[in-house]
Amino acid sequence: MSEEQIKNLEEQFEARIARDEKIEPKDWMPEKYRKTHIRQMSQHAHSEIVGMLPEGNWITRAPSLRRKVALLAKVQDEAGHGLYLYSACETLGISRDELYEQLHTGKAKYSSIFNYPTVTWADMGAIGWLVDGAAIINQVPLCNTSFGPYARAMIRVCKEESFHQRQGYEIMIKLASGTPEQKEMAQDALNRWWWPSLMMLGPTDAESIHTEQSMKWKLKRKSNDDLRQQFIDQTVPQADLIGLTVPDANLKWNEETGHYDFGEIDWDEFWQVVKGHGPCNKERMNARVGAWERGEWVRDAAMAHAEKKQNRKDKQAV
Amino acid sequence: MKNENLYKYILGIADNSLILGQRMGELCGHGPSLETDIACTNISLDLFGQVRSYYQYAAKITGDGRTEDDIAMLRKEREYVNVLLVEQPNRDFAYTIGRQFLFDVYHYMFLAQLQKSHDVTLSAIAAKCIKEVSYHKRFSSDWIKRLGDGTQESRAKMQDAINGLWTYTDELFHMTDADTAMIKEGISVDVSTLKENYYQQVKSILEEAILEVPESKWFQKGGKQGIHTEHLGYLLSDLQYMQRTYPNMEW
Amino acid sequence: MSDKKNWPLWEVFVRSKNGLEHRHFGSLHAADADMALENARDVYTRRNEGVSIWVVESKDITASNPENNGELFEPAQDKVYRHPTFYDLPDEVKHM
Repeated sequence: MSEEQIKNLEEQFEARIARDEKIEPKDWMPEKYRKTHIRQMSQHAHSEIVGMLPEGNWITRAPSLRRKVALLAKVQDEAGHGLYLYSACETLGISRDELYEQLHTGKAKYSSIFNYPTVTWADMGAIGWLVDGAAIINQVPLCNTSFGPYARAMIRVCKEESFHQRQGYEIMIKLASGTPEQKEMAQDALNRWWWPSLMMLGPTDAESIHTEQSMKWKLKRKSNDDLRQQFIDQTVPQADLIGLTVPDANLKWNEETGHYDFGEIDWDEFWQVVKGHGPCNKERMNARVGAWERGEWVRDAAMAHAEKKQNRKDKQAV
Repeated sequence: MKNENLYKYILGIADNSLILGQRMGELCGHGPSLETDIACTNISLDLFGQVRSYYQYAAKITGDGRTEDDIAMLRKEREYVNVLLVEQPNRDFAYTIGRQFLFDVYHYMFLAQLQKSHDVTLSAIAAKCIKEVSYHKRFSSDWIKRLGDGTQESRAKMQDAINGLWTYTDELFHMTDADTAMIKEGISVDVSTLKENYYQQVKSILEEAILEVPESKWFQKGGKQGIHTEHLGYLLSDLQYMQRTYPNMEW
Repeated sequence: MSDKKNWPLWEVFVRSKNGLEHRHFGSLHAADADMALENARDVYTRRNEGVSIWVVESKDITASNPENNGELFEPAQDKVYRHPTFYDLPDEVKHM
């Protein structure tokens, strides 16, 4: 194809997206669109899978049977969501095994927040309430993204996730209205998860590299700073309601803007964790790689068995 | 307690599901593939669902305000009456599947009988659970065949797991005092009568999986009397951690 | 990457309730058809979404090529006589 032809195709392609048409896997697409989508969708999938670990950490220790089944179901949903997203990636011609390889070798990234440790039961509440809350803000607009398989996966994810945040907030309500010890546990969890949750919505707009292109392709509908503001505005009243204090001395309602003003985020900490030096980066990766390696003989056995079964069937047919 | 025997009888059923559910739950996030991970968590969720029905019923019988969580999480190690089989650890996926399979075959036969119990609550719980367990049995049997008749490595591992777990199978068919007492009232299942059929079914699946049926006649027992393997204590310290550390609180 | 065989990809179709058609729900990996069915049950019907499942290995699906969409689908656009509104009837005939 000549350069001019490609340029022509690209213009038509952008026009389709601007008209709100969906792009499907077999449609022509610019190489950059394909690559950006593989990167974003796989990052999203990896985040779901790594995100199972900090919460999985408390399944065996959940304080009641009711909490245990809710947590199990939630962590299981995350496996499902990872699966939907890996499948969406695979429509672009990359296999799940290749994507795992990228994760296991550190080539692919996942959400940094999962590199923080879950040290008390209240962290299950804080993660559901804050981390899932921040994730939903990011995800709901993606139900309308331009790439069909991604949009469809996100619709399913958002539908299923509707209970996740409630699950977390309910844990926090119970703790905040419980004994002084329980309330302290809840406040401590909020103190530890608040700032990482704000960081989770991404670097400030000034430092964000992909935003403009992603906006055009509807991979992103709002800037990181706007999303962060939205998250703060909706979460602070929820903290007030249950009598917990957001750990930010500079947090103040601004009548003029109609938003909360908030303090400085420690971006050095953010970049430290992104670059692999957070409190649990190594543990998380060891857990994922370990599960994959320990599972290898199992996956091989299933394949070998399937082939044997097929051969026997073929022989019978002759 | 007026219905001491019935209470004990329910615990004998429920503790098995509790401990096995806990073991399966440990795997969540660490399975050999995403799909398998999700499937194993489903089994764990089914088992915990069953546990809640049984313990809620047991709590009601005590009539002293005890809750399902008190029963699940606040007994001493010697008071848990699950069979030794279900507390065996997840040494590898072959052990996980072997343990599940050896229990599922029994569990299905047991529930089929419990459905006929004169205790309407128990028979209703059994009727609901048997559908779940029927799927568990299919799932674990299929995996026994895959791993037994898969690669050389998988067969060795699967055989090793079956050999290691075999010693815990006989206990499934021991009658406890509560079992015997409840038989007279038409409430309990005479598990000793299930034994022959159990070993027949297990053998037929193992043979299909080209696995050897262990010949050892040396069996372990004690779980039903609360004398456990060393593994249970650690499982309970996880299970009970919150309730023990923060007593008398609501979650 | 090693060149050994990984679990192939399957497409999953679920009938949500009797009377409705099977609809494409998504995909998953499985070693064989039996496992694909079990996995589909565990992955896609956790919330009571279905009463019947089909699975088909993705490689067995033949798909039309969007490059041919012009010749495949556009010719149907102007065949208005296939639609009831093409036909003029007197107003007195209320339902036909």
